[in-house]
Amino acid sequence: MFPVPLFPENASTTADHVDRLYFFLLALSGYVALMIALLLIYFSVRYRRRADGPRPPRIEGALRLEIVWSVVPLLIFLGIFAWGAHGYFVLTQPPDDAIEIYVVGKQWMWKVQHPGGQREINELHVPVNQPVKLILTSEDVVHSFFVPAFRNKVDVLPNRYVSTWFHATKPGRYHIFCSQYCGTNHSGMVGEVVVMEQADYDEWLGGHSEGSLALEGRKLFLKLQCVTCHSADSRARAPVLEDLYGRDVPLRDGRTVRANEDYIRESILDPPAKVVAGFEPIMPTYKGQVNEDEMIQLIEFIKNLRAGQTPTRTEETPPPAVGAPAPKKETPR
Amino acid sequence: MSIITSPFRPQGIALAPAPGPGRRPVHYLNAAYGVRSWLLTTDHKRIALLYLVSLTLMFIIGGLAATLIRLDLLTPSNKMMHADTYNKMFSAHGIIMIFFFLVAAIPAVFGNFFLPMMIGARDLAFPRLNLASWYVYVAGAVMILWVIFGGGVDTGWTFYTPYSSKSSHTQVLPTLVAAVLAGFSSVFTALNLIVTTHRLRAPGMTWFRLPLFVWSMYATSFIVLLATPVLAMALILVGVERACGVGIFDPALGGDPVLFQHLFWFYSHPAVYIMVLPAMGVVSEIIPCFARKNVFGYGFIAFSSIGIAVVGFLVWAHHMFVAGISVYAALIFSLLSYLVAVPSAIKVFNWTATLYRGSVSLQTPMLCCLGFIGLFTMGGLTGLFLAALAVDVHVHDTYFVIAHFHFIMVGGTVMAYMGALHYWWPKMTGRMYPEGLGRIAAVIIFVGFILTFLPQFVLGYLGMPRRYHFYAPEFQVLNVLSTAGASILAVGYALPLTYLLWSLRWGEKAGPNPWNATGLEWQTPSPPPPHNFAETPVVTCGPYEYTLQEEAASVG
Repeated sequence: MFPVPLFPENASTTADHVDRLYFFLLALSGYVALMIALLLIYFSVRYRRRADGPRPPRIEGALRLEIVWSVVPLLIFLGIFAWGAHGYFVLTQPPDDAIEIYVVGKQWMWKVQHPGGQREINELHVPVNQPVKLILTSEDVVHSFFVPAFRNKVDVLPNRYVSTWFHATKPGRYHIFCSQYCGTNHSGMVGEVVVMEQADYDEWLGGHSEGSLALEGRKLFLKLQCVTCHSADSRARAPVLEDLYGRDVPLRDGRTVRANEDYIRESILDPPAKVVAGFEPIMPTYKGQVNEDEMIQLIEFIKNLRAGQTPTRTEETPPPAVGAPAPKKETPR
Repeated sequence: MSIITSPFRPQGIALAPAPGPGRRPVHYLNAAYGVRSWLLTTDHKRIALLYLVSLTLMFIIGGLAATLIRLDLLTPSNKMMHADTYNKMFSAHGIIMIFFFLVAAIPAVFGNFFLPMMIGARDLAFPRLNLASWYVYVAGAVMILWVIFGGGVDTGWTFYTPYSSKSSHTQVLPTLVAAVLAGFSSVFTALNLIVTTHRLRAPGMTWFRLPLFVWSMYATSFIVLLATPVLAMALILVGVERACGVGIFDPALGGDPVLFQHLFWFYSHPAVYIMVLPAMGVVSEIIPCFARKNVFGYGFIAFSSIGIAVVGFLVWAHHMFVAGISVYAALIFSLLSYLVAVPSAIKVFNWTATLYRGSVSLQTPMLCCLGFIGLFTMGGLTGLFLAALAVDVHVHDTYFVIAHFHFIMVGGTVMAYMGALHYWWPKMTGRMYPEGLGRIAAVIIFVGFILTFLPQFVLGYLGMPRRYHFYAPEFQVLNVLSTAGASILAVGYALPLTYLLWSLRWGEKAGPNPWNATGLEWQTPSPPPPHNFAETPVVTCGPYEYTLQEEAASVG
């Protein structure tokens, strides 16, 4: 075998699609480049300057030829466009049954949280032959989550959730690279996706369980006293959050907003930005009190909150004493 | 060399009398002496030389940074420099090569020197503005060198927020000022070239008798005028955010980091055309001359420049397909990116067709142009990969992109710059360069270039991200290949630097028109007199009437 790899490992359904288009483009551009090179060489030799050579004729151009070599490339380009657009479109539509995993990027590591509460750093364990949706955000600057073997990449932005998905087809360990320059240790912000057989994956999940994300979120919901207003028995002060996720929410100013991760996040950090119709902007901001990991837990809790599941206040979680310290933030390592 | 004075030479141009004993012709180089005569000159030819010298210095410094980068990448870990130093090195390389070499290169040297001569003018429309543009450029250049040698900057040439506005601890502010200054300098030059083309054409020099170099300089200048202020604005906003904490791009302050990317690429994509359109103009001059034929499809080449300039403004977000823009925006920008590829293809086909039934001689400028066509074609074709959305998701921000834009900007623009330098060197200095060495240098540059950047396409598809100091061990062989190519490339660039300097003193005397070219710039002595033409020329035919000239020569 040739000692140098020429093509990356192919380990996802997307990779097949991208590789097919890539090979087509390689063949097409190889052909065109070769034709141009051969023509240039042929003309340079065939019509090289000779003392007794014929005088060059005066050729202004040829309209038909111009039309042919404008329209034919254009049509080919449009074909490539459609092909590439199709693959991109698929990449932006995660299947409904995908496992949702949260990824937080920060200088210079990837922090992963699974729905079951399992956490890992610079590693991402996923099952083979099952779609996985990643929901990503950054704690500081722009990063980019890149898995060459999946032909997948997405920029990870601060203060916003982006998502992508993949469907791994082959067990193994594959590179994760940060591909958006992020400072000193940019090239050290790497990790591995570990694609496992379902049985191994289940075993791994069992060994790392810490209580599900939604459950952790529920604890926070009580601890931060969200429940004081967002509960069924105090309807007048704040909306109930049951079955909220994915719904269109009418706002006070007449707009409507789709309740997605970004909306929930914004409403926690900057409550007056989008106030639900029929309510007053009385909610205080939780900026500085909720870190990115906790934010994900709260969002996961709200996403999974169904009718009748809002917890009621209990004596186990009394209101915080005045002047109590805010929840301790994770210190960066 | 004999001088062919064809009957189609525009009337009324008196060639300076041959120098008799004791009587030297006055030209722009010996019309005045002393430092003041250079630093206060308003002669477009002298200002072009000032630019040539300063650009060459910047090219050498940017090239040294590239050398250190390639040496550092010989090994995957175990590095010769610290990660921070590496980051400063690629930032310095990018900022210098783009803002202080490529954007200015062909317009400020050859546009400045030859655009007035090509249209039969005595100077640019605003000679003092021209000198001011050089001073503004030098101010920016001194500033960026002060930054680089006094600590450095590590944002990359792209200044992405919030890294540049919040996170970086290096000298971002002076770098922003330096880039804005370089931008202003290019705006001054662009304004000058546009007004000159409109107002100072010689009698009979109609728009469709303009040499294609003038067309491409005209299109380029419009892009510079319209796009550069947006860059200046965006960079100033980064500075304001960094210095005063006003939230514009940093989400922690309520800003939007993607907004910066939009503003930045609104300039920096058209900037690719600012860099490559002038190169296309150079190629359109040289090919007819060395094929002894009028250019094939003059109108198509001229209007494809305008087409590129217009559509080139509408494709910026193809740098952001994975940056969180909407699917529909991505679709539109992908489609428009394919449209902008068509005029480039048209140009390549027309240049190739120009050779058909010509009388082709492969002297250095021509070799450079053939090299340009080959490398530019490969750069353009790999652009098709990047514009395809699904493929771009994979290769975005990898070495595939690095290789692609180096093919366009170095394989394309620098190759054409070399061609222009050799083609017009006799006119600028009155001396011939050594032809044999010139050809060898052109071939070395071509081979070195291919060896340097072809492996990077493979690296990119394998998934090696750009701006990586440490990398996975399986990427090493290709990186070593690339570094080996870069050392050949370095020899290729050092060679002309040496023999061109040598030729200033020992080169053969060139005569007014060593290439028997038809352009107006050749119808006056070399080096040209201070005001270019003894009398204003009158133009009676198009720019590339080589066939008629050859006929006249064989008859006469």
